[in-house]
Amino acid sequence: MKTSLKQVFFNPLVNDNPITLQILGLCSALAVTKTLATALIMSLAVTSVITLSNASISLIRHHMPRQVRLIVQITIIASLVIVVDQLLKAYAFEISKQLSVFVGLIVTNCIVMGRAEAFAMRNGVWRSVLDGFGNGLGYSWILILVGSIRELFGAGTLLSIEILPTLSSGGWYQPAALMHLPPSAFLIIGFLIWGIRAWKSEQAESSEFQARPTSSSEVAR
Amino acid sequence: MSGYATLFVQAALVENLALSFFLGMCMFLAVSARVETALGMGLAVLVVQSITLPVNNLIHRYLLAEGALSWAGLPDVDLSFLALICFIGVIAAMVQILEMVLERYFPAIHQGLGIYLPLVTVNCAILGGSLFMVERHYSFGESVVYGVGSGFGWALAIAVLAGVREKLKYSDVPAGLQGTGITFIAVGLIALSFMAFSGLQIG
Repeated sequence: MKTSLKQVFFNPLVNDNPITLQILGLCSALAVTKTLATALIMSLAVTSVITLSNASISLIRHHMPRQVRLIVQITIIASLVIVVDQLLKAYAFEISKQLSVFVGLIVTNCIVMGRAEAFAMRNGVWRSVLDGFGNGLGYSWILILVGSIRELFGAGTLLSIEILPTLSSGGWYQPAALMHLPPSAFLIIGFLIWGIRAWKSEQAESSEFQARPTSSSEVAR
Repeated sequence: MSGYATLFVQAALVENLALSFFLGMCMFLAVSARVETALGMGLAVLVVQSITLPVNNLIHRYLLAEGALSWAGLPDVDLSFLALICFIGVIAAMVQILEMVLERYFPAIHQGLGIYLPLVTVNCAILGGSLFMVERHYSFGESVVYGVGSGFGWALAIAVLAGVREKLKYSDVPAGLQGTGITFIAVGLIALSFMAFSGLQIG
């Protein structure tokens, strides 16, 4: 049974989100979320790479021998990433400096490979494009959310526009330095996963061990 | 010499690839449920990282960087935009060769590392290490030290996380936080403790 086009597009947003449920493509998700601007550019880059790679892999899927499919896929993805990298260097040099190696690392971003292998190899071009775009958006909204939280509470700004006036510039807000440090990204995503799973309880994983209920005799002791 | 020692400590602890640059995260979370498998994976990353970084360093220096082809009479050629595709090719090839060599001469090690080696190809810690090496203009000697150091740091981090997760199994975690959620928070706390190494220098 084939899922409808609407489901192909909307499923990756929450129900089958690449970051919170499939746990794919985390490296870049965590590393570039220090400010909202880098998170936005990164989302744009990943979404375009994943959409285009899904489209091109789906186009040639019948002409690709199965044995060499991985190397073909990775070459296509690497070429697309090089194009994105060069474009960023040409038109957004400052941001591309901040993103440093992480644009290059889209090559090994498991979302892109994963969608190519799991979806684009078996589906038509239009469906693959929708799936790629949907997954790109699912990735993007998490990135943008984490990026906004970290920039707002870490520096009191959003896109470098002051929202909470900080103490150093004469305001009242003491910036939370933790938000500027790498560990905060883990904590925010951890709590985000908690939130999503509390809402969609079917996503929760079951515990490996069940605690034995305390019997009344033990309590009395 | 002290420069190399500082670089090693910096690569292994201060700028730990997994905990402060989030590289190789997918695998970091996926393979860290047990200490044994985590150690296998960490070892595979350490080996591959210490081989591919120097190799990529040589390739970048003599083939790709701006003016690198002057020995072939082409001083104006700049192929550095091909770095990505070359590096990933080198990594895939190295992993393949390593696997064949191990299978032929050290079957015992191959048995142990077998399933982890192919996975290392798509581990961003390896490609990331090579890209950092280019960005920071490491010399050949530095790239060897950085390769061993960063590989060791990654292995250390995954072993620590696996230890924590083995203990976590027995604790009573809220339903929605079970599994992935609590792992993220545990990694966050480990990363916080690794921040204590910042500023550490030797020599």
